[in-house]
Amino acid sequence: MSADGQGRKHWFDDEAGPVVRPYAMTRGRTTSAAQHRLDLIAVVVAEPGTGDPESDPTLSPEHVEIVGLCRDAPQSVAELAAELDLPIGVVRVLVGDLVHAELVHVNRPVPPAELPDESILRDVINGLRAL
Amino acid sequence: MIFGRSERGKSPVEPVTLKILVAGGFGVGKTTLVGAVSEIRPLRTEELLTEAGRPVDDISGVEGKHTTTVAMDFGRITLREDLVLYLFGTPGQERFWFMWDELSEGALGAVVLVDTRRLEDCFAAVDYFERRSIPFVVAVNCFEGAARYPAESVRQALDLDGDVPVLLCDARDREPVKEVLVGLVRHAMAYAAHHRQAVPG
Repeated sequence: MSADGQGRKHWFDDEAGPVVRPYAMTRGRTTSAAQHRLDLIAVVVAEPGTGDPESDPTLSPEHVEIVGLCRDAPQSVAELAAELDLPIGVVRVLVGDLVHAELVHVNRPVPPAELPDESILRDVINGLRAL
Repeated sequence: MIFGRSERGKSPVEPVTLKILVAGGFGVGKTTLVGAVSEIRPLRTEELLTEAGRPVDDISGVEGKHTTTVAMDFGRITLREDLVLYLFGTPGQERFWFMWDELSEGALGAVVLVDTRRLEDCFAAVDYFERRSIPFVVAVNCFEGAARYPAESVRQALDLDGDVPVLLCDARDREPVKEVLVGLVRHAMAYAAHHRQAVPG
């Protein structure tokens, strides 16, 4: 509310919200055909030997950025969302598009109850101790 | 760069990832705890929510319908090239519990961080993990100026099961936080072993 008594309020800069509404990047989609709901710690890995994503007219700059980051090193969904400063739901849709386009694949995390044995948890304990 | 740049011509290591949740009331030091052991400054992820999920739609004007941002801070510990642990601070407000469901799925376990001056702030988190049979430990953040209580008093005040570890820590210091996490993983292992016995086959 404006304190100067003008009555009418204006929104400027950040108050007006993001210039591009995040889900505009997904063309309004909140789910992706190719994907189940991706876990925050699912790891997105670039497929080797694929072409230059920038030359693909169906991909947005955000798609291209995700492929670029994942080519440097595999990235978790949470890290991609933080790096691109996009909501998790948007990143899930974009990653789904890239899986569909066969530019990346996703490794789903193994739930601890399904770990083959306890050795991984022992490795976690030893790794923490060594920090 | 996240997991280390792969050498040219060599396919990158695809790590196994695990997650631990850090829950507790607002201002109890969740992000501080994450930051004490994370190799990166805690990052923030956000999710936009509309009010569409409310049981009764408010029809008094569309302008009242807005989006809310739920923020989660997280950190990362690369234990080995092929083994990475993530720590997620859970959103504090109770109305964001559906986010907890998503976060807790497949989680190794949870740390419930407690401030003894506001013990009641953690009741909801303790309830949540008990009901869903998610292994958790209670970590008492020993704030300066707050009275110190023995772990046993905290256990009684929270009416915890006997096997739930209660640990005292300073969420700012790496060593005690490491001990809390080690305590949680050990507890999770014991918990899993116990459940394997309880469910034959």
